[in-house]
Amino acid sequence: MTQTELNLSRRGFMAAAGAGLFVFFGVDRVRACQEQEPARLPQRVNMPADLNAYLRIGADGRVSCFSGKVELGQGVMTALAELLAEELDVDYSSVDVVLGDTDQCPYDMGTFGSMCMPIFGPALRAAAAEARAVLLQMAAERLHVPADQLRVHAGVVTVASAPGQRVTYAELVEGKRIERHLANVPLKPVKDFTIAAHAATRKDALDKVTGKGKYAADFTLPGLLHGRVVRPPAHGSKLISADTGAAEKFGAQIVREGDLLAVLHERPDLADRALGLVNAQFDPPPASVNDQTIFDHLLKTAPPSRPAGAVGDMAAGEKAAATIVEMTYLNSYVAHAPLETHSATASIENGKATVWVSTQAPFSIRPQVAQALGFTQQNVRIVAPYVGGGFGGKSNGPQAVEAARLAKAAGKPVQVIWNRAEEFFYDTFRPAAVVKIRAGLTRDGKISFWDFNVVGAGEREADTFYDIPNHRALSAGGWQGGNPPGMHPFGVGAWRAPSANTNSFARESHMDSMAAQAGADPLEFRLKHLSDVRMRRVLEAAAKQFGWKPAKAPSGRGVGVACGVYSGACVATMAEVSVNRSTGHVQVKRIVSALDVGWVVNPDGMRQQMEGCLTMGLGYALTEEVHFNNGEVLDRNFGSYEIPRFSWIPKIDTILMDNPGAAPLGGGEPPIITVGAVIANAIYDAASVRMLQLPMTPERIVAALKKKA
Amino acid sequence: MQRIISFTLNGKPASVKVDDERALLWVLRSDLGLTGTKFGCGEALCGACTVIVDKQAVRSCSTPVKDVAGRQVITIEGLGQNGLHAIQQAFLEHHAFQCGYCTPGMILTAYALLLKSPQPTHDEIVQHMDDNLCRCGAHVRIVDAIQDAARGVKAGAL
Repeated sequence: MTQTELNLSRRGFMAAAGAGLFVFFGVDRVRACQEQEPARLPQRVNMPADLNAYLRIGADGRVSCFSGKVELGQGVMTALAELLAEELDVDYSSVDVVLGDTDQCPYDMGTFGSMCMPIFGPALRAAAAEARAVLLQMAAERLHVPADQLRVHAGVVTVASAPGQRVTYAELVEGKRIERHLANVPLKPVKDFTIAAHAATRKDALDKVTGKGKYAADFTLPGLLHGRVVRPPAHGSKLISADTGAAEKFGAQIVREGDLLAVLHERPDLADRALGLVNAQFDPPPASVNDQTIFDHLLKTAPPSRPAGAVGDMAAGEKAAATIVEMTYLNSYVAHAPLETHSATASIENGKATVWVSTQAPFSIRPQVAQALGFTQQNVRIVAPYVGGGFGGKSNGPQAVEAARLAKAAGKPVQVIWNRAEEFFYDTFRPAAVVKIRAGLTRDGKISFWDFNVVGAGEREADTFYDIPNHRALSAGGWQGGNPPGMHPFGVGAWRAPSANTNSFARESHMDSMAAQAGADPLEFRLKHLSDVRMRRVLEAAAKQFGWKPAKAPSGRGVGVACGVYSGACVATMAEVSVNRSTGHVQVKRIVSALDVGWVVNPDGMRQQMEGCLTMGLGYALTEEVHFNNGEVLDRNFGSYEIPRFSWIPKIDTILMDNPGAAPLGGGEPPIITVGAVIANAIYDAASVRMLQLPMTPERIVAALKKKA
Repeated sequence: MQRIISFTLNGKPASVKVDDERALLWVLRSDLGLTGTKFGCGEALCGACTVIVDKQAVRSCSTPVKDVAGRQVITIEGLGQNGLHAIQQAFLEHHAFQCGYCTPGMILTAYALLLKSPQPTHDEIVQHMDDNLCRCGAHVRIVDAIQDAARGVKAGAL
């Protein structure tokens, strides 16, 4: 679709439609929209061409929207309803959103990577626009009026000159599928939007404030049993023997099937008690690594580095440097710790399994459950209802397989709810990592070369976006797998903006060290190395709102800046902190963050995501690290693993760049990538200590202050 | 000990014949089918399971059901039985939630605060809510919603 066609007014388009020029065939939903999108986007996946896969108009006039995405709290239910209502011209309140159900929704790879709006959004809009055009054509035939004389509002088509002549979408469709198809239907111009990009009450609001919204463990079925699986004390431990006599005597049913040993009871807490009665003996885990030795271990076990970006001539850059700054940055394993633990309810009836499961990827779980049960995929239905937080940690769903296997073995529906210790133990952590940066500064304060080397985290955002004539990035191992066995002693995976938190912390900390070396204000130093207009704009917007006053750090004020790019979105964050020099306690007093994600489908939803990112980021910055020893995860609950609480929360200001001409990008991740560095930089400005390891715990800050003294 | 425990649940009499050491959380969820009360940690560390017992916010995961015998228990299902309660309305308007899993516990913890202190200061709210965990980061909005609800609620109208 060309820009001219996009700008074609709706009236002009409808006139064309009325002339009956259209042939009926499916539209490639992805291609129809991609011309509107900029480069820097994740790889897209195929989606169905048939509009009926995305929407259905009921005989009662209610419109169902179908998407394989999952509502994790990020607000996708609301944003999709807005887009559909907008393009189809129906009331937002008449839209019901059906998500994450493999029997009802179009295939979706999973809800991660900030892809809902950039990838699924355009496909849904195209389907809705096509449906609207078809409906207008049908209305024109029904009312015997050319389509260009019709108006549509809230699902009612009227004749412009005779408003009494009308027909509703519901009357046209009569609850059936829409069998006509139109190609290349233009989308509504964003400037004409009256629903999307405007405030709307979240679709999930009422369910969530009343407690009626159902999560995977809220499904109850007749005869439901609760399964609890016997777990090893450490990764690498093997079961030697298990005496289940006491658990059986207690009234639990025992399932032992291959590697699966579990107790079943009709009450969840009594299943817990029965599990406690199982006397299981395990091999001690082999000695491996702990949270102190992990960084050396990573350097020793890492695979060969792979290039993640290279420009210019490093040797020439080094020759041009008057001073060289070299630092090593560390971060520990970080847990997802959603408030809802992994849970699943499985039921098998007449050879068909249904599993309600807390997961971000129902379509990836379906083949796993099918394989475990020996069923075809057609006989497995996976439903992801409301999910109580994911953040990347529910990209898989092993508990669904457990519940399904137990349901098959017991011949009754089974629910599995992981306890908090299991949630920590089987989490796919954000990987621990080591980042070495070596960079040179010319006599006039410009960076002449930048050598970035990350081990453990992965390559996203390893390459720099600053204007540096000679730079390269190398990355070895990461969250996506392919690591040598034993490199990471337990599961690692995507954690909200994978690899970008680690790499941005290192890059933005190092930029501040370079600025300090150059005797420059950290913001001015960044701007001096930035020609990207969108990045400059978010930095300038944040600085204006924050009231940034240029000074060389450390100024003693406790202010910091950091910026970053994630999935094409630009973000800049500023923070003010106070540091208690005797306890090492850091209080973040205020944060300002500016985000450019193109045009925003749901501004309030985007602000919620920004606030969420900035709040959640405080945890990995200040306290969150997984303690472990030889495969044993020592953190078993929120007592030792501290996540942000109310008393930590600064005043938060969010700025959305007004950018209606640009394609929408996902906003659930970008702001979090700046939080580690912005706090590290503000701590440096306050207390003159450069914190090189995340999290910046009070102990580490006290140690750094002592070392400096 | 297996026995009958009777209490008032959301304004109506309730009786369960159970092992009286069982946690109130699971009796509510499993025996009584009230799934609005959530399991989060099992050790009174997160607040997702918070219910009201005689006007106090209580962690139901760590409260034996025998402790509520003869007492008044309110769960999220019992709040605002005639339309939304002012706190629920404020959470809805402020979008003071994301995934919603901690929300029932947040709302009931706030309810207990407003019973005790109908016009709390910002700091009082923060202090009172501090042991309720939210992983999505809705904290700012939750505080705003509670302040708004307090403004809208006349003392004694809870």
